[in-house]
Amino acid sequence: MLRFITGRVAVMALTFVGVSIIAFSFIRMLPGDPVALLSGERVMSPERHAAISHALGFDRPIVIQYLDYLWGVLRGDFGTSIVTKQPVLDQFFQLFPATLELSLCAITFAVLLGIPAGVFAAIKRGSFFDQAIMGTALIGFSMPIFWWGLLLIMLVSNTLHWTPVSGRISLLFFFPPVTGFMLIDSLISGQAGAFKSAVSHLVLPTIVLGTIPLAVIARQTRSAMLEVLSEDYVRTARSKGLSPFRVIGVHALRNAMIPVVTTIGLQVGVMLAGAILTETIFSWPGIGKWLVDSVSRRDYAVIQGALLIIAATIMLVNLAVDLLYGLINPRIRH
Amino acid sequence: MNTYKKLLAATALAMLTGGLMAGGAAAKTFVYCSEASPEGFDPGLYTGGNTFDAAAHTVYNRLLEFKPGTTEPEAGLAESWTISDDGLQYTFKLRPGVKFQTTEWFTPTRELNADDVVFSFERQWKTDNPWHSYVTGTSWEYFAGMGFPELLQSIEKVDDMTVKFTLKRKEAPFLANVAMPFISILSKEYADKLQADGKMNEMNQKPVGTGPFTFVAYQQDAVIRYKANPDYWNGKQKIDDLVFAITTEASVRYQKLKAGECHLMPYPNPSDVAAMKADPELKVMEQEGLNVAYLAYNTLVPPFDKVEVRKALNMAINKKAIVDGVFQGLATPAKNPIPPTMWSYNDAVEDDKYDPDAAKKMLEDAGVKDLSMKIWAMPVARPYMVNARRAAELMQSDLAKIGVKAEIVSYEWAEYLDKSKAKDRDGAAILGWTGDNGDPDNFLDTLLGCDAVGGNNRAQWCNKEFDELVTKAKETTDIAERTKLYEQAQVVFKKEAPWATLDHSISLVPMRKGVEGFHQSPLGDFAFDGVDITE
Amino acid sequence: MADTTVPGGTSTESSLWRRIAEFWYYFSENRGAVIGLCFFVLLVIIALLAPLIAPHGPADQYRDAVLVPPYGQEGGRLTFLLGTDAVGRDILSRLIYGARYSLFIGVIVTTIALIGGIFLGVIAGYFRGWVDSAIMRLMDIILAFPSLLLALVLVAVLGPGLVNAMIAIALVFQPHFVRLTRAAVMSEKTRDYVIAAKVSGAGHLRLMFKTILPNCMAPLIVQATLSFSNAILDAAALGFLGYGAQPPTPEWGTMLADAREFISSGHWWVVTLPGLAILITVLAINLVGDGLRDALDPKLKRS
Repeated sequence: MLRFITGRVAVMALTFVGVSIIAFSFIRMLPGDPVALLSGERVMSPERHAAISHALGFDRPIVIQYLDYLWGVLRGDFGTSIVTKQPVLDQFFQLFPATLELSLCAITFAVLLGIPAGVFAAIKRGSFFDQAIMGTALIGFSMPIFWWGLLLIMLVSNTLHWTPVSGRISLLFFFPPVTGFMLIDSLISGQAGAFKSAVSHLVLPTIVLGTIPLAVIARQTRSAMLEVLSEDYVRTARSKGLSPFRVIGVHALRNAMIPVVTTIGLQVGVMLAGAILTETIFSWPGIGKWLVDSVSRRDYAVIQGALLIIAATIMLVNLAVDLLYGLINPRIRH
Repeated sequence: MNTYKKLLAATALAMLTGGLMAGGAAAKTFVYCSEASPEGFDPGLYTGGNTFDAAAHTVYNRLLEFKPGTTEPEAGLAESWTISDDGLQYTFKLRPGVKFQTTEWFTPTRELNADDVVFSFERQWKTDNPWHSYVTGTSWEYFAGMGFPELLQSIEKVDDMTVKFTLKRKEAPFLANVAMPFISILSKEYADKLQADGKMNEMNQKPVGTGPFTFVAYQQDAVIRYKANPDYWNGKQKIDDLVFAITTEASVRYQKLKAGECHLMPYPNPSDVAAMKADPELKVMEQEGLNVAYLAYNTLVPPFDKVEVRKALNMAINKKAIVDGVFQGLATPAKNPIPPTMWSYNDAVEDDKYDPDAAKKMLEDAGVKDLSMKIWAMPVARPYMVNARRAAELMQSDLAKIGVKAEIVSYEWAEYLDKSKAKDRDGAAILGWTGDNGDPDNFLDTLLGCDAVGGNNRAQWCNKEFDELVTKAKETTDIAERTKLYEQAQVVFKKEAPWATLDHSISLVPMRKGVEGFHQSPLGDFAFDGVDITE
Repeated sequence: MADTTVPGGTSTESSLWRRIAEFWYYFSENRGAVIGLCFFVLLVIIALLAPLIAPHGPADQYRDAVLVPPYGQEGGRLTFLLGTDAVGRDILSRLIYGARYSLFIGVIVTTIALIGGIFLGVIAGYFRGWVDSAIMRLMDIILAFPSLLLALVLVAVLGPGLVNAMIAIALVFQPHFVRLTRAAVMSEKTRDYVIAAKVSGAGHLRLMFKTILPNCMAPLIVQATLSFSNAILDAAALGFLGYGAQPPTPEWGTMLADAREFISSGHWWVVTLPGLAILITVLAINLVGDGLRDALDPKLKRS
């Protein structure tokens, strides 16, 4: 097990260096001069341009710039935003809880609905329910979520007025962030109605972000269940007269969960991609929106830093999934 | 299911009853749905209007302030001022008894004095000032953009309450310039404290000023909170709390306004305005914006070096269609390079008539056949042009009618600004300008002067006659004289047609019915000094 | 489909026709797949015949008919069956022409990703060693980024536009094909028929691409279908964010981006229809994909 872990970590470190080179060189290739952008429609004199480029270190050889950057990253310095002049890492940590909260809600939504739906479809295989569930899942899987979000806003918020349109909580509530998770903070604050408000703000983004993972998990659960149900030990258990609930709930489900856990882990990348669109649509102050804004503002430092942090996060999650997989399924451990 | 509304109602009720019990002193919270996050809270560092709204107009004051709703400077932190006869020396007498805000992180021990003023200018001006580069990549863009470093000779503290500015040359718009948000007055005492604590960065995150509102907290990309400054020299505000709810999507801002989640919003979608006006709970303030959008031909590249060709194209463009299609009618077609609200606007100038047939003939007479050209469309929405691509599409189909093939090109914004400056640019570029200080010089010389070729002069147009008129006007202090010169310059402009002037947008500010005391700024600022809610 | 017996189609001598017939037998058993296929074929026909079918040009602006609602709604007109947009263009015609772009995107992206992926995958799986390591680490790096984010940054680097969006998406899809091909090649490499071919003196190239590759096609075809639909989705997402096809191209995602300002003004058709077109197209392709997967290899049921 230890060798397995060290091996994985070594590969990860190598990948991380690769990621940093890619992130760094991409950003240098971006067209449009970030220094010139500082002055907007107004024009900057060449002297000032040179001075600012120098101050930002853009005039040094590219390799030096890279090594300098990498050295900074190793010390936890991911650079300073050109636009806001704040450290990238600070901004990331300020915004990340919002994305994390939304993602966790979405994945919970997907798991809580997706697994039962998949199990049910597998048990009732070929029935009307199976077809309906799988049909719906395929629609969810094919969903352009940016449109789905617009549609929900149009229907649920604008027409029915059931949910607020955007943001994380009503502005009537103001309390200092403790955990950064609005659901928890609103409870801690003890202000009446704050929690309810936070929940109502979360509903639509959760549904939108959770749709594709929900579909994937439902489909995955169904096929994993089908596979397990057809295996000998389940058949034996059934023939021995164990209650179907026990057979499915205990024996089949546990084994079927192995591929499902992997799938859930793989959804992290999907979630972050989805967050880019979901947060843009719902004005959700998180990482996704920050990235889109930074790309359009040509904020070199932010895109570069954020790419790195996100890649590192995904790699860590993948590692965790691998390890978890190893725990659930002893067969691959050696 | 309507829990949210109920919640709002319940809270409102609670606030109301609580307020009644406390003798009518309910906390009044004013919510502004702003359109973008501020870049920071030190106005000197940035050029974005939303940053000025969030920092300069709330937390800070300037020596002079624009009279609400106008571009006319009036007394601010300076109570009075005198100008020397040669027009080179400006002496400002400071207002006594102005207190800086008391916050959780700073308690001032003294009132505003000349040191604060000198500091506020010198940190942007003098490269050896420790605050000149206190954050990475500091560039004092606006200060440089307005030409201050070349203009200022010296700034002296005459006594505790008097500051004297000496200029290198005469500058007619100087008083308006010191009323601009980038030159807000900071507290030297606070700066010294931050410097001593090694936390200079916080100047940009925890601002302290003399303004009507005290900064409370900023939650990135979400909410900025302020409370009324109890010690404000011009009296405490009628509202108790001010909240900026950052909402980037115009349609979302509208929804929030409708739901009563905010009281006022900037930049509505033109397509929503009709519904806003019909809504009994809302009202919409409107004003012609101090801006212009144009299509700049490259006058250095044939066949656009020919006046007839430019004129012909101008006649082929249906401005009315742009105003309708892009602004849903909420703009006025432009004929001059400066907006009608600006002094010296020459209304006698006659616009090129929309006449495709005549345009076609004119083009043929000029010997131009099978012309194909590029139209550059900006990738972003600006107040003067909310959807350049749509405008380009409209022009494209207009030009097709006179047999000109137009291809629409676009680049990312920074690249667009940069590439469009090139003297050998292929194609005509859509761009525009919003006035900084209400002076015609800020349009005519900045955008069309010979010095600006290869820069802001996107038409690359250098016309001797025009340039002489504009330069002369800049050095004249007499307004009547200047007006005459600028009027002439506009005639020359129209005759030469370096641009197709497209539109002046109307700026609209939708708000709840109960909002009172808001002044729409011609400069596009959103300042909430003096605002009240009576709902 | 656990009870469908695995056909003995692995023997290399079985005639092509038999294999196709067999494939069609399993494929046509899946009703959804057949419906999806019919719809897809219909879409291809629409795309090919767009100039003949579309009632108006995709860029024709009817200035007197701005934001006309669909026929049947109050104020709707028969000439504009699905209404018009903000500059008076017929939405139906734009959707019809949009089908061309979506299918084009799908085909090009999948082709590039498939060719590149197969090439790298075969090399990695066949030669192993440092070549393999280098290729796979590179793929790991690409996989470390969320695909849409990487595509977004890539397009920002290359400049917004349809072609660049396609290149970016194809690049992002690459690793899946490389991994699949590599795995398949590695498992086939030790099979008897490969060893036999090697003994009889076949060169590397012949072994890689003629002997081994054809036997690895099943999972690749399934992955290709998935990429096809994902490419359409991602290109639309980039268009929506303003980095894909540029106006006035009637690409569906770009149309949606343009329609965003109308979500609160009651002009629902401008917002709803382009998204619906994306959804239906992607759904049809995914239905076909599911059918292909079941028919080509019942063991590949896992998504």
